[in-house]
Amino acid sequence: MFLLEVKDLTKRFGGLVAVDSLSFTVSAGETVSIIGPNGAGKTTVFNLITGFHQPTSGEIKFDGSNLVGSKPHKIALAGVGRTFQVVKPLRGLSVFENILVGAFARTGDRGEARRIAQDIIEFTDLAALGDALADGLPIGMRKRLELARSLATGPKLILLDEVMSGLNPTESKDAVDLIRRLRDERGISAVAGVEHVMQVVMSISDRVIVLNHGHKIAEGSPSQVVDNPDVIEAYLGK
Amino acid sequence: MKRARIYLSVLSLFLIAAPFIFEARYSQHVLILVLLYVALGSAWNILGGFAGQLSLGHAAFFGIGAYTAAVLASKTSLSPWWAMIAGPIFVLPIALVVGWICFRLRGPYFTLATIAVGEVTRLVALNWSDLTGGAVGVVIRPSIFSGTSKVPYYYIVLIIAVAAIVLCHGISRRKLGYYLMAIREDEETAESIGIDTTKYKLVALAISASLTAIAGAFYANYFLFVDPTIVLPLALSVEIVLMAIIGGLGTVAGPVLGAVLLKLSSEVFRNEFAQANLLIYGALLVIVILFMPGGLMGGFRRLFKSGTRKSQRVSA
Repeated sequence: MFLLEVKDLTKRFGGLVAVDSLSFTVSAGETVSIIGPNGAGKTTVFNLITGFHQPTSGEIKFDGSNLVGSKPHKIALAGVGRTFQVVKPLRGLSVFENILVGAFARTGDRGEARRIAQDIIEFTDLAALGDALADGLPIGMRKRLELARSLATGPKLILLDEVMSGLNPTESKDAVDLIRRLRDERGISAVAGVEHVMQVVMSISDRVIVLNHGHKIAEGSPSQVVDNPDVIEAYLGK
Repeated sequence: MKRARIYLSVLSLFLIAAPFIFEARYSQHVLILVLLYVALGSAWNILGGFAGQLSLGHAAFFGIGAYTAAVLASKTSLSPWWAMIAGPIFVLPIALVVGWICFRLRGPYFTLATIAVGEVTRLVALNWSDLTGGAVGVVIRPSIFSGTSKVPYYYIVLIIAVAAIVLCHGISRRKLGYYLMAIREDEETAESIGIDTTKYKLVALAISASLTAIAGAFYANYFLFVDPTIVLPLALSVEIVLMAIIGGLGTVAGPVLGAVLLKLSSEVFRNEFAQANLLIYGALLVIVILFMPGGLMGGFRRLFKSGTRKSQRVSA
């Protein structure tokens, strides 16, 4: 059985078809990249899966149950975490508190929540910044905080919207390491949305799905996808 | 931590002994007012400060609490003190309906809707003369404490104020407090980490409105007179909000400091400067808002650097 099963997913905004009968699956413990140029529909797919938008038609199943029509917080509690493309830290709270809020999804007990947050803050290498206000963090750290906060809720699958955008090479490398450790050490599946065909991201992906204008134009291993003529055309033109 | 406990003990002793230190009836009256506003500011802070939903309609909940006492006194043989329990019971369903409607709106639109709730409540009280006595109001006959001493009232309002502070403190350290702060900072983020934002906003409103109604019920029993311009004016809603903002939004101590500063100063100014009191009161507000954007608590925090925040974190 698949962890996530998306079938014929379509989203229209007025006349614009943002996502056009998209189908894909993610298995437990798998890391999948969704790549595609700006406007390809990656963020819309994430918003549909996490309940922030309602699909025009199609099915989304997670862990065997239907997600369509559920409120975002229900979907989060079901085990689907997400980060936002434009990072949304809880600005007035410290880094530790940001993660702590996430941990409260798993427990109402303060001590237990703090223990979970402590584990996550160490796993994501943010412990040194625990007392800093989230508002003042540089972008690389904010992106990581997004991931940490979502991770604290105990997801089985995490959707990473544009994990790499705006990061410098060192930060990108750290982010890639973190995604790899997510799967290898925690067994959490991830779907990473990435704008550019980045070998680094693709190298850690078990599978790559290529979107263009809301269509899936290719799917396969990273090496299969980069050699696909349709993909090259989507990125570079004819 | 240890020092905090000593300060707290000294403060408790002072509060318990206060009516005997300040024996003048007027001083006791001011103390009662300050504590009443401490309770109101703290109650408002749960919704406005922690959850970030700026309500300018809290006079409605205060007024309903006060009118509960008035109606009990004029229409039944029960003691109006029962309003301390009946007030929140009446307010709760009203608050939930108000929340259900108003929480569809965000930011300034929510605030505008709450102003409307306050004004509608005032107009209902004004026009439903059979129940509320309309513009004439209701005179309440004192029931339990029939003497002229203000001391019993002082201790009752002290209990209400302390209970409100303890409640705020408890909330701020628990899941509920963190969830409300998450909602204040970003509702989408809050949803994305499993927070039912609608439910938690309603919980905050319910607690806040109930506490405010209790304060209103006390007020009616203390002043023994209720009419729409006294217990339901927009100015009252504004005053509650000002206190929380001046003191420091979303902090437990903020509304307490705000209430003490604003109520004491307004009384002092009224005595010292007669007609000019509102002018000076206004100037004080402007100064605090200009120079302490985070309220008094924000100002203190900056004075002591991040010391307080850190010690809070370690102890939390």
